[in-house]
Order: sequence, then structure tokens, then C-alpha cells
Amino acid sequence: MLEVDSYEHNVLARASLDHCVKCTICETQCPVMRVTPLFSGPKYVGPQAERYRHGESVDHSLDYCSSCGTCTLVCPQGVKIAELNSVARAAMKRDHMPLRDQIISRTTLLGTVMTPVAPIANAVLKFKPARIVAEKTVGIHRDAAMPTAQLTTFTSWFKRHTPSTTPTRGKIIFFHGCAGKYFEVDTAVKAVEVLEHIGYEVVVPKQGCCGMPLQSNGIFDAARKSVRTLAGQLQAGPAGVPIVSTAASCAGMIRHEAREIMGVTDDALIEAGSRTYDISEFLLGLADKGELPLDDLKRIDTEVCYHAPCQLKGQGMGTPAVQLLQLIPGVSVVESGATCCGIAGTYGLKKEKFDVGQAVGKPLFDKVKEVNPELAVCDTETCRWQIRNATGAQVVHPIAFIHEAYGLGKATEPKAGSV
Amino acid sequence: MRKLRADVVVVGGGSTGVGVVRDAAMRGYKAILVDRADLAQGTSGRFHGLLHSGGRYVVSDPESATECAEENAIVTRIQPHAVETTGGLFVVTPHDDPAFGDQFLAGALKAKVPAREIDPALALAREPRLNPGILRAFEVEDGTVDGWQLVWSAAASAQAYGAEILSYHEVVAVERTGEAVTGVRCLNRKTGEDVTIECGFVLNCAGPWAGRIANAAGCQPVDVVPGRGIMVAMAHRLVNTVVNRCIYPADGDILVPIHTVCVIGTTDHPTTDPDHLEIPREEVQQMLDAGEELIPGFRDARAVHAWAGARPLIKDKHVAATDTRHMSRGMSVIDHRERDGLSGLLTIGGGKLTTYRLMAEHIVNAMEEQLGVSHPCRTADEICPGNVPGKTYLITDRLHEREEDRLSDQIICECELMSRSMFIDLLEKFPQASFDDLRRQLRVGMGPCQGGFCSSRIAGLTFEEGAVDIERATGLLRLFLENRWIGLWPILSGDQVRQAALDDWIIQGILDVDHLPHPAKEEI
Repeated sequence: MLEVDSYEHNVLARASLDHCVKCTICETQCPVMRVTPLFSGPKYVGPQAERYRHGESVDHSLDYCSSCGTCTLVCPQGVKIAELNSVARAAMKRDHMPLRDQIISRTTLLGTVMTPVAPIANAVLKFKPARIVAEKTVGIHRDAAMPTAQLTTFTSWFKRHTPSTTPTRGKIIFFHGCAGKYFEVDTAVKAVEVLEHIGYEVVVPKQGCCGMPLQSNGIFDAARKSVRTLAGQLQAGPAGVPIVSTAASCAGMIRHEAREIMGVTDDALIEAGSRTYDISEFLLGLADKGELPLDDLKRIDTEVCYHAPCQLKGQGMGTPAVQLLQLIPGVSVVESGATCCGIAGTYGLKKEKFDVGQAVGKPLFDKVKEVNPELAVCDTETCRWQIRNATGAQVVHPIAFIHEAYGLGKATEPKAGSV
Repeated sequence: MRKLRADVVVVGGGSTGVGVVRDAAMRGYKAILVDRADLAQGTSGRFHGLLHSGGRYVVSDPESATECAEENAIVTRIQPHAVETTGGLFVVTPHDDPAFGDQFLAGALKAKVPAREIDPALALAREPRLNPGILRAFEVEDGTVDGWQLVWSAAASAQAYGAEILSYHEVVAVERTGEAVTGVRCLNRKTGEDVTIECGFVLNCAGPWAGRIANAAGCQPVDVVPGRGIMVAMAHRLVNTVVNRCIYPADGDILVPIHTVCVIGTTDHPTTDPDHLEIPREEVQQMLDAGEELIPGFRDARAVHAWAGARPLIKDKHVAATDTRHMSRGMSVIDHRERDGLSGLLTIGGGKLTTYRLMAEHIVNAMEEQLGVSHPCRTADEICPGNVPGKTYLITDRLHEREEDRLSDQIICECELMSRSMFIDLLEKFPQASFDDLRRQLRVGMGPCQGGFCSSRIAGLTFEEGAVDIERATGLLRLFLENRWIGLWPILSGDQVRQAALDDWIIQGILDVDHLPHPAKEEI
């Protein structure tokens, strides 16, 4: 089987560089290039520099790429620009991976360590001197957004909870992602309650990390191992039923990134990926077929800014959350129009990238403050932390609104597990 | 009229000519080199870029093979900057006779060309795009060489020993008094000035044009049979090792990674006029088909440019005149004293770029024999200027340089990563240069966009620097684009069509280059 261990082996993405006609559209859309000269831009580090890569890595500045994937999305010629960069970064970092990148890319480990001591962990994360020490020793910026540890994990809530309805639609697998398990427990709980409310029997097979943070930090071997394990775990659930997720980027990893960036083409991964859906995409699909009970959606009078994360846009599904939210009477959705929030997974946490990440996110932060400084909507966890940290607004997953509209609780009130 | 004096005039600024002028200057002669165009504009710049290990000739021409192996090591030592030590592979594809491999190994051993058989799986691990069906693989010490860098650094060495290099000086006549050469009359094509060089010796290193120089001296015709070969460059390196087909030398049997591209070559057809070498589409297709047998998917990869070169082969009575591939590649020196009753003129033919230094040694030896003197040849002992001992070229070099200066310099040619200061510095040295002259030293416009984006930038810079007026800047731009088109037309297909369309919208649609004011006569 083809393994993308180095860029020489990255045959498919490398071959796509032949399609580049230098139109420069990718550079007009790159959110990083716009704010810093330190990054030479996607056309440069992608199809151009790739022609010069062989053996030892020499263009270390490619690490300023945030891997948001906007370049690949906008390329009219089909060049896998972001994928080329990710592979080149992996090759570059193979021999000198910073400890920091090793730590922050192991989400499961962080959650396991932090959950039992949540109040202490949260206090430490808010304690400036501790953050300064972390910045100096580990390289995580003192002001960077950090997750809030929860006392209860999603899985322990799920084991204890009793479904409010009797299933009428059959089984569905819920894929919560690491953040959903440890940090964004509220989102995962609300998703399950919505799915049960509309008649699904929700099944949650044991599941580990998708490997996305490892992949974006260039730790491919471990990332491949993670995503393969996860594909097997999801397959261990009921066969052929939809896999629905609130973790948009993790779903993207299973659906296309593992294959396109790391060359994982296992049958298990392809099979699981082919029935994985973002939850908004899934619910909108039901609505389109007339299978989502729209009449039960109660009025919520609010105007919110919605930001579509890069990882979601890269999956080529459009922005289903916008259409879904607008099914709720009274909800007015204003799209952010911004490319990226600047966190890009773990990019914006890093000491040397923090300022770049903040500058990348500035148009978004301004928009959020202008539309509704109290509340905003975004599909992915790290983007929510970033927007929350920068604007002070509460930022929720779209499912929180559906949850409220079905009368299951308030969108702004955490459902379970919070400290 | 300008008058110069020299001991020896070398005609031809290809690899042989600069090798000869360097050798002569190092032996203490006052030497002048003339060429009607720029250095290495002919054959030395129109090959595939292979620095032979000798492997190609171990069966067909063992003597050449041995010479190649020895000269490869010397060139790598004295001009490392021009050489990339890629290594080479000879592979037996499923279409080839595996038994030829035994002949190949035996020949290599006899010709002292290092070669060893490796497991095909190892060859595939090294070059993952290779045909997975290869039956046998042999490792050799092929490298790649930039003909322009090689020629310019040898010229710089010659200049350091007092030689003069006069490019764009076309030989009008070789002057003689009775039975002896007395000088050379030239026309400076850039300025229109007549230049006469008084000398006692002329060394004719004009390659495929050597017959014309012999004519200019009033000699019997020298039968040079230019062997036309085409090459096609693909947009990126599909391999990082030279890949040869392990067969008796034939068309399309080699794939050479040179700089950012890889070049498939070549064909071989006898021709009469080395100034007009066609690039027939069926030969392009033949090359792509040959590439497909080495690298599955080759036909779908992007070709960026094609060119044709003329081998300077001298007719050898042992083979039919129609079979130029199998004429002796070994060099031959013609002494016109015995042949035409003219002393002070030697013509050299045959040979190949890898052995250029050895060819030069031979002809300068022959000159000294006629003069009745003898000095040792030292060209193999001394590294050429601009080279750091042992620092051979790496494909990553330019990316590394741009990484260093990315915040302080501008990139003008994005495909070939040529910075603004690289261009300005060379323009200062050669203010009369055409853009193609600068291209050969800088690679500007040689990448996938083929000058679509950078050509107008360099036209602007050349004007801004005050090197030319606005009409000449436009004329130079037009000439550059016309020349790019020669190598684009025959390969236009797939991705390169989309590029050509975009380039055309920019050049004609936005800039309307064809209708800008420009000089009536073509720029030189």
C-alpha cells in the first residue's frame, strides 16, 4: 500500500503541481499571507517550491502555513496546494519535532490528564505566571485560547443518561471527537439529545483521536495509526448506518484528509468516511427530504454571526449550518465573510505564530462584535475557543440553536459536565 | 575597425571552444575566443544535461565509455557548481531483453565504468515512479551538468589567464598568406563593427558549423554531419536519478533530472543545416511514449518545452552516413596542413560535452606539435572560478537562497526562483545582452509558465535600470517570447495549453505586446 512517508512518495499531490498556471488566486485568498511577510504564500511554498524539494528541507518558513486549506479550496486548476505543504512540513519536521508540537497534538492525552482535576487545570490555565512559564518552556503563547476542562466527560454522561423518546427511525452512530469528549461536552450532549428527540437510537462506539492535530503538526506516522484505529472503532458500531459528528474537522479527517494528505487508503477508512456526515449537513439533508420536524422548531428572536471554519469549507459541502439555522423562525444569520479565525487547529497557540493568528482572525473578531457581541456560532471547537478568547462572546455550535428550538434547553446554557 | 593581436584564435564558444581557450591560456598563449552568438548558445546548451558515467557506451563504444568515466570525475572536481551528482540507473523494462544486462556489466567492467546490479525493489524505493515491472537494475555514476554554467565558468578561468572572450563576433574570413593562417576577420553583430585579429593559429571548434569555418579559410569541404536530436522537458522532476534504459543506444532511452525539470531524450536524424533544426510533433510523441515505458503516467505529466540540438559528428568511413548515432563519438582532429596545404588551422569534431576538457587537451597538443613546442596541460588540476571545492549543485540551492533573502529581495521569475538582484547584477555585467543571453545564465523564463509572468517584469527592469530605451525593451521582450514559442508549439497539450492561453491573454490581451512601438529590425 502507498504510504506518504516523504514528499518523494507523495505522488498524487506532487503530480497536481503540474496544473498550476500561476494565476495567483490562492495568494489573494490566503489569510496568513495577508497579515505577515514571514509566510511566502501558498503558490510559493506549494507548487513552486515543491519543484525544488529533494532530500534535506531548506525552506523552514513553510511552517507559517496554517493548513487552513483555503488555497486548495479556491484553486481553479485543482492543485492540492495545502496537501503539498502539509506533506513538506511533515518531511521537514521529521528529525526535529518540537516537544510543544508533540504535546498539543495529543488531545486525548490532554483530556485524560485535565478532566479529573478540571477546576485546578482551569485555574492554572487562567493563572498568568503559569502561562508565562508555559510560554517560555513549552512555547504556547501566554494569551492563547485554551480549552476549558470539564468535570464530566461526554462518555460518562452518555452511559448514565436515559433517552427521552422511544426510537422510531433506527440507529445512528455519533462521533464526538476528542474535544466533544473532554472539553466541548455540552455540544456533544446537545447533539445526542437532538438526534434522540427526532427519533434516532444513538449509538456511541468507543472512539479515539482522529489524528488531525498530529497530522497538522507533521507527525504522520502516529496520525495514520490514530485514524486507522478510529475507522475500525466506528466500523465496530452498527453496519451501514450514518455516522454523524459535531467535530467538523475530525469528520473531515476521516472523509478526505487522511487519504489526500497521508495516503491512507484502507478499505475501513474509505467505508467509514463514505457514511460520515457533519451534523448540520445531515439534518439539512433530512429537512430537504421532508424528514426533519420543522413545525416543532420554536421561535428564537436573535441575530448571530456564523463563521464557517476552514476545515468545514475544505470538505466541499458548502455551509449547511446557515441554511439549517434559518429554518428556525426568528433566527437571522449573518455570515462572517472571513476566511479563517487564525487558530487553525493548534497554529494560533504557538508562541511564534500567536500574533499572526490574531491578525488573521481580526476581520472575523470585528464582525462578531459588530453583529452580536454576546453570541456567535461556529462548527469547530478550536475556532470557538479562539473567537471566544478574542471577542469575549459566547460561541456555540449550530446544534445548540436546534437544541433550544426543539425546547430541549437554552443555547447559551451549558447542558452537562461544566465546572 | 578594431584590430587585435593574439597567438591563437579559437572559433566557437561552446564547451569545446571554451575548453580550448582555457587550455591554451593556461599554457601561456595569448588566446582570443570568438563566437557569432552567445557562449553555449548552440549544441552545448541544447542537450539533455547528462554528465555521462560512460555507462551509455560500455557496449557500443567502450573507448568513449572509459573517457567519460575519467572526465566525469574531473569535471565534477573542477566545476562542481555546474554538476549535480544525481547518480544513475540502467533499468531493463518489461519490453527489453534481460540478457543485455550481462553484456552491459561485462562491458562496464572492461571499460572501467563503475556499475553494479541492484535489486529492482531497491531501484523502485529510490525512484517510486519507475515502471514497477522493471526486471533488472544497475547503479552507475551518472550526473547532470548545466552546459551554460560549465561553459561560463571555464570561460572565466580562461579570462583569469588573460584570454579574451568575444561573443557575438561572427567570423567573416580566415585570413591567409599563401600556406599559412595570418588572422581572422570578424563582424561584431551587436555593434556592426569590423574586428580583425592578427594571429598565427586558428583552432576551429565550431561544432556543427565547423564546415563553414573551414570554407572561410578556403579549405576542402569538411564533412560535418549534424545529428539532430530533440529533447522534451517535463515541468517537474519525475525522478531524481538519471534513468537509462538498459539497451543498445536508441531513441528516447534516457530521462535526466536537471535543475527543476526532467528531460527525456533523444532522437537522432542526420540534417544539413544546424541553424534550422525542426522539432517534429511525431518525434515529441515518440519521446513521450518512450518516457511512458520508464515512468507509467509520463504521457499525462506536463511537458513545458522542447528543443533540438545538433551533434557535431564528423563523417567516419566505417559507418554509413545515414547512421549518425553509430559514428564515432570519439573526437577527431583534422590537420589542414596535410589535408589542404594550410598551416595554422586545426578543426576538431565529434566528442561530447562530458569529455570537452579532454578534447581541448588533444587539439592544443596537436597545435603545439605543429608549433614544435610542448607545455603540460593543467586544465584537470585547477578548479574554475566561482566554484567551491566539493560543493556540487543541489536542486534545493535556489530554494535555500530565497529562504535566506525572502524578506529583503523580490522574486522576479517565480518558477525558477530568480531574484531581482540576481537579474540586476548580471544585467550590469552584460548591458547589451538579450533576454535569452541572460536566461541561459539565470534560467529566467524556463519554468512552467515559460516567461508568461516574468518576461514583462524583466523588460521593465531592464528599462528601469537604464540599460535600454523603451523601444529596445519591447523588441527584446518580443524576441524572447518568440523564442520561447519555438519550444512551446511542438508540445502544446494538457496543462501547458492552459498556461499558454493564460500567458497569451496577459501578453497580447492585456499588454498588447505586438502593437507596442519597437525597432523595425530584429534585436540581437
